[in-house]
Amino acid sequence: MTETLKLDGPSREALLDRAAQGAIGRGLDRPEGPLKVTGQAGYAADARLDGMVHGVLARARQTGTITDHRLEALKAMPGVVLVLTDGIPRNPAQGAVPTAPPAADGVAYTGQPTALIVAERFEDAWHAALAYDPQITPVAHDLDPETAATVETPEDKQRADDGWQDTWDAAPTKVDVTVTTPSLTSAPMEPHAAIAMWEGDQLTLRGGLQMLKFNRKSLADALDMPVAKIRLLAPYVGGGFGSKLGVAQEAVAAALAAKQLGRPVSVVMHRRQVFEATMRRSESRQRIRLACDDAGIIRATAQEYRVSNLPGEAFSEPVARADRAFYATDKLKITHEIARIHRMAAGSVRAPGEAIGIPAFEMALDELAEAAGIDPLELRLKNTVEADPISGLPFSSYPLADTLKAGAKAFGWQHRPPRQQQEGEWWIGQGLASAIRGHFAAEAEARVSLTAQGAIVETDQTDIGTGSYAILRQITGEMLGLDPADVEVRLGDTAFPPAFGSGGSAGAASSGTAVLLACRALRKRIAASLDAAPDDLTLKDGHVIHGNRRTALAQIVPQEGWCEQGHVAAGDISDKVRTTTCGAMFAQVAVNAVTGEIRVRQMHGTFAAGRILNHKTATSQCHGGLIWGIGMALMEELHHDPRDGAVVNRDFAQFHIPANADVPPLSVDFLDAADDWGGPLGALGLGELSISGAAGAILNAVHNAAGIRIRDMPATPDKVLDALDKLGS
Amino acid sequence: MRPFDYRRAGDVAQATAAAGDATAAYIAGGTNIIDLMKLEVSTPARLVDISRLPLHRITQTQDGGLRIGAMVSNSAVAADMAVRQRYPLLARAILAGASGQIRNKATVGGNLLQRTRCAWFQDISAACNKREPGAGCAAKDGPNRMNAILGVSGHCIAAHPSDMAVALRALDAQIEVTAADGATRLVAMDDFYRLPGDAPHLETCLAEGDLVTSVILPPPTAETQIYRKIRDRASYAFALVSVAAALRMQDGRIAAVRLAFGGVAPRPWNDPAVEQLLIGQPPSKDLFVHAGEALVAPAIGHGGNDFKITMVQRLLAAVLREASE
Ligand SMILES: Cc1cc2nc3c(=O)[nH]c(=O)nc-3n(C[C@H](O)[C@H](O)[C@H](O)COP(=O)(O)OP(=O)(O)OC[C@H]3O[C@@H](n4cnc5c(N)ncnc54)[C@H](O)[C@@H]3O)c2cc1C
Ligand code: SF4
Repeated sequence: MTETLKLDGPSREALLDRAAQGAIGRGLDRPEGPLKVTGQAGYAADARLDGMVHGVLARARQTGTITDHRLEALKAMPGVVLVLTDGIPRNPAQGAVPTAPPAADGVAYTGQPTALIVAERFEDAWHAALAYDPQITPVAHDLDPETAATVETPEDKQRADDGWQDTWDAAPTKVDVTVTTPSLTSAPMEPHAAIAMWEGDQLTLRGGLQMLKFNRKSLADALDMPVAKIRLLAPYVGGGFGSKLGVAQEAVAAALAAKQLGRPVSVVMHRRQVFEATMRRSESRQRIRLACDDAGIIRATAQEYRVSNLPGEAFSEPVARADRAFYATDKLKITHEIARIHRMAAGSVRAPGEAIGIPAFEMALDELAEAAGIDPLELRLKNTVEADPISGLPFSSYPLADTLKAGAKAFGWQHRPPRQQQEGEWWIGQGLASAIRGHFAAEAEARVSLTAQGAIVETDQTDIGTGSYAILRQITGEMLGLDPADVEVRLGDTAFPPAFGSGGSAGAASSGTAVLLACRALRKRIAASLDAAPDDLTLKDGHVIHGNRRTALAQIVPQEGWCEQGHVAAGDISDKVRTTTCGAMFAQVAVNAVTGEIRVRQMHGTFAAGRILNHKTATSQCHGGLIWGIGMALMEELHHDPRDGAVVNRDFAQFHIPANADVPPLSVDFLDAADDWGGPLGALGLGELSISGAAGAILNAVHNAAGIRIRDMPATPDKVLDALDKLGS
Repeated sequence: MRPFDYRRAGDVAQATAAAGDATAAYIAGGTNIIDLMKLEVSTPARLVDISRLPLHRITQTQDGGLRIGAMVSNSAVAADMAVRQRYPLLARAILAGASGQIRNKATVGGNLLQRTRCAWFQDISAACNKREPGAGCAAKDGPNRMNAILGVSGHCIAAHPSDMAVALRALDAQIEVTAADGATRLVAMDDFYRLPGDAPHLETCLAEGDLVTSVILPPPTAETQIYRKIRDRASYAFALVSVAAALRMQDGRIAAVRLAFGGVAPRPWNDPAVEQLLIGQPPSKDLFVHAGEALVAPAIGHGGNDFKITMVQRLLAAVLREASE
């Protein structure tokens, strides 16, 4: 029996509020943590299969048409067993796409993998891959989004309210700010990897993948085979951050090569390939205009931005949306331009859209506050809204003002004019930004088996380091009255019921709801066996309490156990309410007047994302977002060579992410309250919230410290010195 | 990665004998050469492992200086009490580089001889005169943020990445080298590295098989020692620019000063004219500005690294201010 729920309205589960077992919300450790830190958790490339050979993707050094792969010499190299050039996709598939990744037509970007070289030993394959040098007839392409000949403006992504200009003209206070952000990368710790193995017409592929249900269909499409013949395994994924949403080159190539050779083939991307051939976050140029009245209420808002992608890619970084706003405004204008250029593909990188859109907007707000002579905290509080001012839809919950107030208190917000605090060479200042990120409901299925020993949860949901294993245990424990330690969670296998996967911060709420529904069905079974109504039962510590009787579950559950499925489907909630998460982030920074270096000294975030399922994993997620904000504000940038678009800094020595010394004490609080529209769990997506604005808090603090506005991210020492010079210091 | 032979040397003579031809390379900590071998930037046919040579000690020299064995780890040098008390500049420079894990493996000899981090040097599909003489230089017209502004040539603008070597230059260290024939010589820091000129592939004065066995520090002469480094993150990043200074004041004037600069040149940079200009003068803002201007007079920016020209002047002025206080 499958317990099904379509999310069309409020559906909060009262049992979770009662929390008889006390499992939900607790900061429990990840059950798989010890496996990970002792090297026992098998990641995609860790398997050693009998007869396995190693494939290495080989890169093309320039864009154009390949006239000759020049394979003869490669095939003669020591250990090489196969060179494959047909069928390697141009770039990975986008997220939640059931179709094949785009086919290659020549070399669209420098560094594109256009061959797979398979050898008995990894070192031989790698050596041959480095030697790969196909003959290419170069084709001149646009490489720079600012000068690109093709710039698309899809109609549904634009907006220009009637009277925008009049409102703008009439407003007494306004700012016109342009913020630029560079190409960025997900750079997960685990490089993209796949091991493919065929048994007859059945393919088993171990991969670093985030969304197995979609990945399976996409791979089937790429290989032109039935979906049912593919089994994907991804029990552990070493980070994804969007870069493993879609099937990438290594998976398709491994499957093709394994088929040809009749042997298992392992393909692991080199770190440098992860940087140059998976997905980048598009660079952006964002012009933001804000106008407020004398009371500080925003009247006109314009966000005009340009992002880029390869021709044919449907994805474009949704920096701002044409159908919604999160602060007060009477009139909205959105311009969304997509420059078609031949840099590596752009796709979803953690919190696509908001991650760069909110910081830029929050920086513009800071400038508006200065122009209006209002404390930046005050300005935000004046402009918080109960309903989306554009669509008129009410928010299901949107306690932005509460997070701002609570966060300000926890941080000790006390805004001063710029350049009021100096310690030796350092200017000290503080800044804030709101965090805002949309939430959406997704379809998911799960199976839960209950035996006398405990429960087993099975779904193809992935855990990419986020805590799925932990929270699914807790939800099951709470619903069935079990110690979470007695719940085994099995993930990342398409033999299990399909979930949504890890994307858009939707994994926890969707797979968690499916698990909850399966547990509901099990509770019905228990109730039926006791001739009771499910609502009259209390399940706790492996016992059923009914009336004045307490019975061990082990005595009720039959030998073979019970097995139930849960299935949640997204209904029409999004037509009725806006589901959005929010928060407030505060940073204290020091800016060195001599060296131009910026150090973040303290950061705090208060976040609201419905019910918090596990305070520990949730806090870790938010730490990650704040740290990513430090990186985005201060150091992260893919350098494209203007001559060929290539990514120049394609390793961790050259692409800087925050090191320990860059990360100050971080504190995170939650306004933990179930959202009635967030399904039975009342939980909204959390993971991506805390990156969505964080860089803005830091750069606003830089202004408060040193009186300079760095609008071109990242704020590296050279840019800071330049700005200080212009300020006349 | 290409197949290679591996030999472990038990003593210095074995090492130099095993490495006496162009196809061999030493491996000490391996933190640089292994990366370069994976990328096939270095393709030695034979690796001679020198990590177990008896060069692991730091000892006093007769004149009151220090002899640091070439196999002493970077971490051990930075933690050594004599170094920390008398050559704090050296400890600070080392600790400003790489990460704890890398410094534990990295050796003094390997640090001196680590290769440039120029992005195109590390990419065998790019044009690079240092890797392949005559191939051209992809850095000159590329995003060359990390490249050098001083001592460069039209053939190569690579920067030397070491922090430790910058400190050693300011401390007037000498490098002890043992040749394949067993002969030992001392080389001053200033003579150890070559400038690229028209042969950027020749980086040092070492001949095939030459082994760095020790670094010798003269007794410290300056009481004030400072190392400052500007980088793109708070740790674990190579220098955009760095300044090492050893300075002695007397009667309100700069009596002696040794300066060296990192991140700006193909070797730890020094400029005797800048030092001369400071000696005998009372410290002043004007003097420091003047010194900075003299330092960068020969500088050439290539677009992406233009900022280093003003950055190094600022840092020099700040270091001199602090040192002469
Ligand atoms: C991510 C990263 C960041 C880093 N950041 C910094 C930094 O900020 N600052 C900094 O200064 N360094 C930095 N380093 C570089 C590090 O300091 C060097 O890799 C290290 O010092 C090299 O020492 P090793 O013993 O491992 O050398 P190896 O890799 O063993 O050898 C390097 C070279 O020296 C030769 N060699 C070694 N010993 C001798 C000898 N005794 N005689 C003759 N030839 C010899 C080898 O043949 C080889 O060519 C960084 C390295 C990495 C990987
Ligand atoms: S600067 Fe030197 S190392 Fe870099 S590409 Fe040019 S020649 Fe090669």
